[in-house]
Amino acid sequence: MSTKLSIQGVSRVFASPKGVKTQALTPVDFDVRENDFVTILGPSGCGKSTLLRIVAGLDQPTTGRVLLDGQPVDGPGADRGMVFQSYTLFPWLTIEQNIRFGLRERNMPEAQQKERADYFIAKVGLRGFEHHFPKQLSGGMQQRTAIARALANDPKIFLLDEPFGALDNQTRVLMQELLLGIWESAQKTVLFVTHDIDEAIFMANRVAVFSARPGRIKTELAVDLPHPRHYTIKTSPEFMDLKARLTEEIRAESMAAAEH
Amino acid sequence: MSTTTAVAVPPAAAKRRRRGLAPLEPVSVATKWALGLGFFVVFFAVWAVATLGGYVSPTFLASPITMAQEGWLLFTQYNFLYDIGMTVWRVFGGFILAAVVAVPLGIAMGAHKGVEAFFEPFVSFCRYLPASAFIPLLILWAGLGELQKLLVIFIGSVFQIVLMVAVTVGAARKDLVEAAYTLGANHTGIVRRVLIPGAAPEIAETLRLVLGWAWTYVIVAELIGSSSGIGHMITDSQALLNTGQIIFGIIVIGLIGLVSDFVFKALNRRLFAWSSL
Repeated sequence: MSTKLSIQGVSRVFASPKGVKTQALTPVDFDVRENDFVTILGPSGCGKSTLLRIVAGLDQPTTGRVLLDGQPVDGPGADRGMVFQSYTLFPWLTIEQNIRFGLRERNMPEAQQKERADYFIAKVGLRGFEHHFPKQLSGGMQQRTAIARALANDPKIFLLDEPFGALDNQTRVLMQELLLGIWESAQKTVLFVTHDIDEAIFMANRVAVFSARPGRIKTELAVDLPHPRHYTIKTSPEFMDLKARLTEEIRAESMAAAEH
Repeated sequence: MSTTTAVAVPPAAAKRRRRGLAPLEPVSVATKWALGLGFFVVFFAVWAVATLGGYVSPTFLASPITMAQEGWLLFTQYNFLYDIGMTVWRVFGGFILAAVVAVPLGIAMGAHKGVEAFFEPFVSFCRYLPASAFIPLLILWAGLGELQKLLVIFIGSVFQIVLMVAVTVGAARKDLVEAAYTLGANHTGIVRRVLIPGAAPEIAETLRLVLGWAWTYVIVAELIGSSSGIGHMITDSQALLNTGQIIFGIIVIGLIGLVSDFVFKALNRRLFAWSSL
């Protein structure tokens, strides 16, 4: 399969107003193939979100570049849909209007907007809530709307920054299945950041393990579990095996992070 | 044994009674109205006792009854409705003029840091200039006509609105702006579809607040060089030592202010139902 996203020597140094420099990312080289589902796993504060923000164009790399379909990324755009950990629905728009935000922004005809929004509302199971405001919905439903909003734009790559991090455990598992179901039916290239090992394995074709700050990709691990995946797969020996390996990798990094 | 049960009952009742005094504990709508009206009743009662009881000379303070009679006279013989109309038009005229200039400028300042850096020091300086101090100058420039009255309200309101709107717009949620960018919004889209709708309820609240202040400026404007309006009536009454009319005028201002505030609040709640969810 062809390379969709190419991260080439991307590093990031943050400078405080006083001039104190913090290296968040040491140069990272990483490729994501078309229709791949890659999870980036790492302890908190390791720079994995920084990398995702650079891919989204919300942050500028200190060195290196990001190529999407061979084109260098320069600033944010609709071709890279993003779901954030915090709830970022526009509180003044209804669920349907939120999902139509990007479509309206590119002047898609009204009827077509409606049709697309309807399709994705059904896809994330929010029929009947079209005219609710975000605050009237639970956290899980808000993140489902955020997923629908990003997917409605038909992005080339789908970026998720710990999208289920603020949800309770049961809801998180349901959301994982929902997102995986969408990915299995409509192939998409996905880059998914998480600190949850189960989530990283369950969702991914490939797990990239981040080291403690300054972040770099320490190990890559292929996940060859069959699709469609059911939550019961989490108790299979193959899954347990991967989990044991990743737990060991992450533990070393968490300890390194704690020592800083 | 019997004493312990006898003792055990009162604390439960006391606990329920004390909840009304607990901080941040909401009160029912009926209680809220009763308490709000209660203060007016107390106020009028104290006033009535002080004046009708002969504790205060009628030269300095008219009784509520005299005030009501004078008020009736004002409407029936002195065409007070015209004065009220003039004052209301001046307040709203000056205020709308100020809002039309200040809201777009405030949004531009809140959205673009360069625009803010350009205007902010000057506007902050102007904010502390008392509108009433401009009255002599404005009379010199604009005469004694309506334009001068409108300009006093305008000067008193415009700088306040600009600064408050700029702060509101500038405090937009960064994550919503970023989300909009990843959905393909350009810079104009961010301002028009994220910053403005997000700040709208607070901008409306700012306008409601400043409208209240505009009422204080208009009376000052009418105290000097005016031949109509509530403020003019008050100055006339002062010359005649008619405290009943003065107090009636003040109460009318208060009532109009209360009603306009109430309407403004209701309108905001309707327009921005999402923000009070």
